[in-house]
Amino acid sequence: MVVNRVVVGAHYGLGNFIAQRVTALIMAVYSVIMLVVVMGGRPLSYAVWRDLFTQGWMRVATLLFAISLAWHAWIGIKEILIDYARPDSLRFALHVVFALVIAAYLGWTIQILWR
Amino acid sequence: MLRCDAIIKSPGNPRGEKGLGRNLMSTAAAKKPRPKYLSLSALLFEIRMPVTAWVSGMHRISGALLVFPLAAWLLYLLDMSLSSEQGYNHVRDVYFRHPLVKLGMIFFIWAYAHHFCAGIRFLLLDINKGIEKESAKTWAYVVFAASILITIYFGWRIW
Repeated sequence: MVVNRVVVGAHYGLGNFIAQRVTALIMAVYSVIMLVVVMGGRPLSYAVWRDLFTQGWMRVATLLFAISLAWHAWIGIKEILIDYARPDSLRFALHVVFALVIAAYLGWTIQILWR
Repeated sequence: MLRCDAIIKSPGNPRGEKGLGRNLMSTAAAKKPRPKYLSLSALLFEIRMPVTAWVSGMHRISGALLVFPLAAWLLYLLDMSLSSEQGYNHVRDVYFRHPLVKLGMIFFIWAYAHHFCAGIRFLLLDINKGIEKESAKTWAYVVFAASILITIYFGWRIW
């Protein structure tokens, strides 16, 4: 069977598929690093905790995690809403709500990191 | 009726593709009420889903709960703990002493661990690892067991 698909342009969800997996890997690596740093390092105190998050690499890594989370969550939420949220007007409203929630998370994270 | 049968059963046209027989069949099918098993009770007590389906479903549920409300809660905690020494001590000595907070944290650990383990399994399935029926089932059980063990370990650490 010949399917005449235009590979460029419509994407058929391939972009989302790949983004979902790449962002998952970034978050998985960050989670393991975070666990090792917190559990393997000095006993936690405010000074240790603050110093960890003032280091440049940690801020960038955390921002990368937050962006991955936002992207990953947006794709996941969209899939869930497409499957269950009826009617379309409710789904659209929930899309908007979650887009705003995820954008707010991202803004909040930046605010916490670069205070 | 006779004419219709003749069209349906005539040799060389076994499906009655002249239209008449087909139309009669589709209206008969449309009249018959189709059973629906989409209720929550059917899902929980009547339909026996394979363990692989449970992993998939819990992946969705844990993912949705991680987005809201758990991500917001964790950001709130991160914000408070990094705001000042008083904020950090408040989180550690007051906030985290509350049993409901601990239960909430254990629930977060479970959701994160399950989403993590199930996600790793899906990534491996993408590259055809553990794709056979039996190993897919085995690894689904491993995902449940691993996430519960992780939850017990870290739950014990924070309690």
